[in-house]
Amino acid sequence: MGQDTILIVILGMAAVTYIPRVLPIAALAGRRLPEPVTRFLHYIPPAVLAALLAPSLLTSQGELWISGDNYFLLAAGPCFILALWRRGFFSVVALGMALVAGLRFWAG
Amino acid sequence: MPGSGKTPIRNRTPAAAQAGAEAPGTSVAARALAQAGPIVMGYIPVGFAYGVLADKAGVGSLGILLMSVLVYAGSAQLIAVGLIQAAAAPLSIVLTTFVVNLRHLLMTAALAPKLSGFSRLQKALFAYEVTDETFAVHADRFARAGVDKAEAFLVNVIAQTSWVAGSLLGMLGGGLIRDVRPLGLDYALPAMFIALLAARLRRGMEILAALFAAFLSVGLHLSGMDQWHVIIATAVSAALCVGVEQWGKTRS
Repeated sequence: MGQDTILIVILGMAAVTYIPRVLPIAALAGRRLPEPVTRFLHYIPPAVLAALLAPSLLTSQGELWISGDNYFLLAAGPCFILALWRRGFFSVVALGMALVAGLRFWAG
Repeated sequence: MPGSGKTPIRNRTPAAAQAGAEAPGTSVAARALAQAGPIVMGYIPVGFAYGVLADKAGVGSLGILLMSVLVYAGSAQLIAVGLIQAAAAPLSIVLTTFVVNLRHLLMTAALAPKLSGFSRLQKALFAYEVTDETFAVHADRFARAGVDKAEAFLVNVIAQTSWVAGSLLGMLGGGLIRDVRPLGLDYALPAMFIALLAARLRRGMEILAALFAAFLSVGLHLSGMDQWHVIIATAVSAALCVGVEQWGKTRS
């Protein structure tokens, strides 16, 4: 693909990425929203975080991967317990990285 | 707060944010760095990988950096690089990007009610730098300590700077440091999501929303619906929870 085409593709990508980012803020910020809409938006953070996280912990290459070799999944339990117990996410990130690095080092 | 039931989360003033979780006297910069830290640890290696792959795919140095500056969406950039390498049709690359990034619509919609104090320009700039990771940090921060504009913008700028820096390093040093796995750096972002998700699970309905979205997202992902699984799982699960709530109200 030629460089000019690539740059045009990038501009197109930028436009279609920015529009969904900005439209809800432009349309909704500062408005009084109906109660069901407010409730719907309230559930977005837990739902979207779980929807992003679950496939990265439970699948690999489009297959379900629940096994002792899945270090991302093994590390998730202790991380989750620490996260429920302590506020702030730095300690959780440190624990998670240490566990994954340690499992890879010791278990190969 | 536990037990506060259906009280909507309100905007709080920056003064309330100052009095939030951190010790008094912590500067805006220190608070922003503390929040952006895990994002930086995740973005630099992933940005690096993007830079290496884009360089190999023949994107060119201007294009590599321009994409990280203008598009700024990790998974979409990696997918686009693969499509460019495979010489896919330009329009199909743009359409794929649209579908992959459509999930941000739900995220900025969820943040929008908190941004009433922003000017039009501030809204436009803030929206530009909302990613999965910055959204997760802001949603947590706004709910706990209210909106601090300077802090929110600083988190966004630090995050994107690290993304662009990672892309640049990958472009320049591709082939030098290929494997970040021994450091566990590839777990920085999943671990951050675990922590931020745990902080959102204070009521039964929120746990239900997360469980249902996780189940649906994995199911759709496994069934091959790879670009749509996050947005569909999120929207369906949030709508279901509102439905369950309404149903509970009419019965009581």
